[in-house]
Amino acid sequence: MHIVVCIKQVPDSAQIRVHPVTNTIMRQGVPTIINPYDLFALEEALRLRDKFGGEVTVLTMGPPTAVESLRKALTFGADRAVLLTDRYFAGSDTLATSFALSMALKKIGAEFGDPAIIFTGKQTIDGDTAQVGPGIAKRLDRNQLTYVSKIVETDLVNRTITVERRAEGGVQVLQSRFPVLITMLEATNEMRRGSVENALKAARAEVVTWNAEAVGIEDLTQCGLRGSPTIVKKVFAPGGRTDEVQLVDNEGNPEARANALIDAIFARSPDVEKDLFDQAAHHF
Amino acid sequence: MAEDKKPATPQGGGRANTRKELPEHFKAYKHVWVAVEIEHGQIHSVSFELLGEGRKLADKRGVELAAVVMGDDRARLEEAAKECFEFGADCVYLACDPALVHYRNETATNVLTDLVNTYKPEILLLGATNLGRDLAGSVATTLKTGLTADSTELEIDEEGSLAATRPTFGGSLLCTIFTLNFRPQMATVRPRVMPMPERDPGRTGRIVEFDPQIVEDDIVTKVLDFIADRDSDKANLPYADIVVAGGLGLGSEENFQLVKRLAEVMGAEYGGSRPLVQKGWITADRQIGQTGKTIRPKLYIAAGISGAIQHRVGVEGADMIVAINTDPKAPIFEFAHLGIVADAVTLLPALTQAFSARLRINRLAS
Ligand SMILES: Cc1cc2nc3c(=O)[nH]c(=O)nc-3n(C[C@H](O)[C@H](O)[C@H](O)COP(=O)(O)OP(=O)(O)OC[C@H]3O[C@@H](n4cnc5c(N)ncnc54)[C@H](O)[C@@H]3O)c2cc1C
Repeated sequence: MHIVVCIKQVPDSAQIRVHPVTNTIMRQGVPTIINPYDLFALEEALRLRDKFGGEVTVLTMGPPTAVESLRKALTFGADRAVLLTDRYFAGSDTLATSFALSMALKKIGAEFGDPAIIFTGKQTIDGDTAQVGPGIAKRLDRNQLTYVSKIVETDLVNRTITVERRAEGGVQVLQSRFPVLITMLEATNEMRRGSVENALKAARAEVVTWNAEAVGIEDLTQCGLRGSPTIVKKVFAPGGRTDEVQLVDNEGNPEARANALIDAIFARSPDVEKDLFDQAAHHF
Repeated sequence: MAEDKKPATPQGGGRANTRKELPEHFKAYKHVWVAVEIEHGQIHSVSFELLGEGRKLADKRGVELAAVVMGDDRARLEEAAKECFEFGADCVYLACDPALVHYRNETATNVLTDLVNTYKPEILLLGATNLGRDLAGSVATTLKTGLTADSTELEIDEEGSLAATRPTFGGSLLCTIFTLNFRPQMATVRPRVMPMPERDPGRTGRIVEFDPQIVEDDIVTKVLDFIADRDSDKANLPYADIVVAGGLGLGSEENFQLVKRLAEVMGAEYGGSRPLVQKGWITADRQIGQTGKTIRPKLYIAAGISGAIQHRVGVEGADMIVAINTDPKAPIFEFAHLGIVADAVTLLPALTQAFSARLRINRLAS
């Protein structure tokens, strides 16, 4: 079974700091990581391959430096890595991104075999839209299974797949047919450790690198800024809180401090005070 | 559609300079729509929040507000339509078909795109829930139009376009996004980001029937089962008036019980930061923040939480944020309204005591 996992290299948000005075992001020196959500997709793909045989290809679209994330994925055990990179892709929104990725996925299908499953993470931590997975599925006319928490059964003979999907208020058990696109929910599995053997292989591996032309994109107006119907007009810092935090005295015993804090809460919000007392009167 | 698109200014020009010229065939697109989320007979509250917001946008544009409802139970859908009218819709597109018994991407995408192509709305709003995000991505791609996910603010600019504001990376910065050359302009909004509108009992509107003509055999994906979440212990964090939460600073699962006890006397919901989920102290539905729940309580008490940006974005809608932390330099003090530099492990039981004493005294007095 051939499986493709789409991953994205993102800045490590745990290490992002906002400048205390200007309130702008200090991106300098922030290390990049594989989008954490994508790791659940990658691990699920590796498990399926280990069980049924076949190959896992990882695909990313990004700047040339995104090759680092691909090598990392190879260290975890992926078999092949593809980098889609071109300056024409700069500034892509979700529609343009899904276009470029779908073209690369077609080429992967033609060169290395049509993937039964395309995996993506639930969303990225930088864009946070959760729209690229569904976009790719639509463009490739695949059945889409989003927010999958568990792959229940994979039937290669009948080419069906049964999954559990996180819905509102419960879990849907869905059965669909290959080829499918799955977006994996977080915390569904735990990423394996990369082996030394794989790390050595990854360091030497040749990463397949394609630009727009290589994946057969003729109409560049569908790429990057030009192919993006959304237009970012303004980027700005959230209105910083003008009032400083009011610190409650931390003198005295815990009881005194607790009462001082409650007084301060009620002073700021008589509404909360009233609610609490109304509710207490109701309850007893 | 691509040939109609005016190319943006080439490299370096920036998007702000993009020419705005709506192609002729899009000029007929009018009215604001909300795709209403109904699962298991229940309208998701985010749909009402969107109707409230959609009403404002429609009024500003001088157009109608319409709701789209789909399902298999006609009586229930008519009931839902009535609710939509009372929450501000002028018109409801009603699609009833046995194949729409459960939400499925394929069927819902087909119904919604058909409706859009037939009736041509200029703005289409969906909830940023699992269902809404699943649907919005497919619909926007099918229609090849722009979609702004997880908007936190919707406005109509002076030229009549939808201005959707959302956090960029992790919520540290905001950006305002437009879809100038395509229709409809699509946006999703997370639950609780918009306030619940007032209900206007008896308000009515017109229903437009839409026959989706779905052939079940053509639909590849089947719903085999639905396992409802257990109702007991179900957290209702997004809608709680008071939320008490704890973080790693509490030190142990045992100490976390102090948070629960305070929540209990206050009639509040409890929650926590993400590491507590990873440690198994709380379940994932009680995680607050970027990758957990967004809350908008009147009062939020955070004990032993540092206030990382991913946590912050989930709580900023609170009217009052109270921080209890031993470190006066903890980032949470930068956005809390009220703070106390104190050990939460000793302060929390004292707060529980003090609250229950006051609430008791007041009861006797009244
Ligand atoms: C992609 C991504 C998504 C994330 N999403 C979320 C999310 O949705 N929600 C979320 O919360 N986090 C999220 N995080 C994690 C986030 O970055 C922080 O790591 C996390 O919020 C920190 O949790 P904490 O405040 O409990 O712990 P810490 O940062 O360790 O803070 C503990 C605090 O307790 C204080 N303290 C210590 N002892 C005491 C005491 N006795 N009494 C009082 N205070 C004490 C310390 O001074 C410190 O400020 C995410 C991270 C990533 C990378």
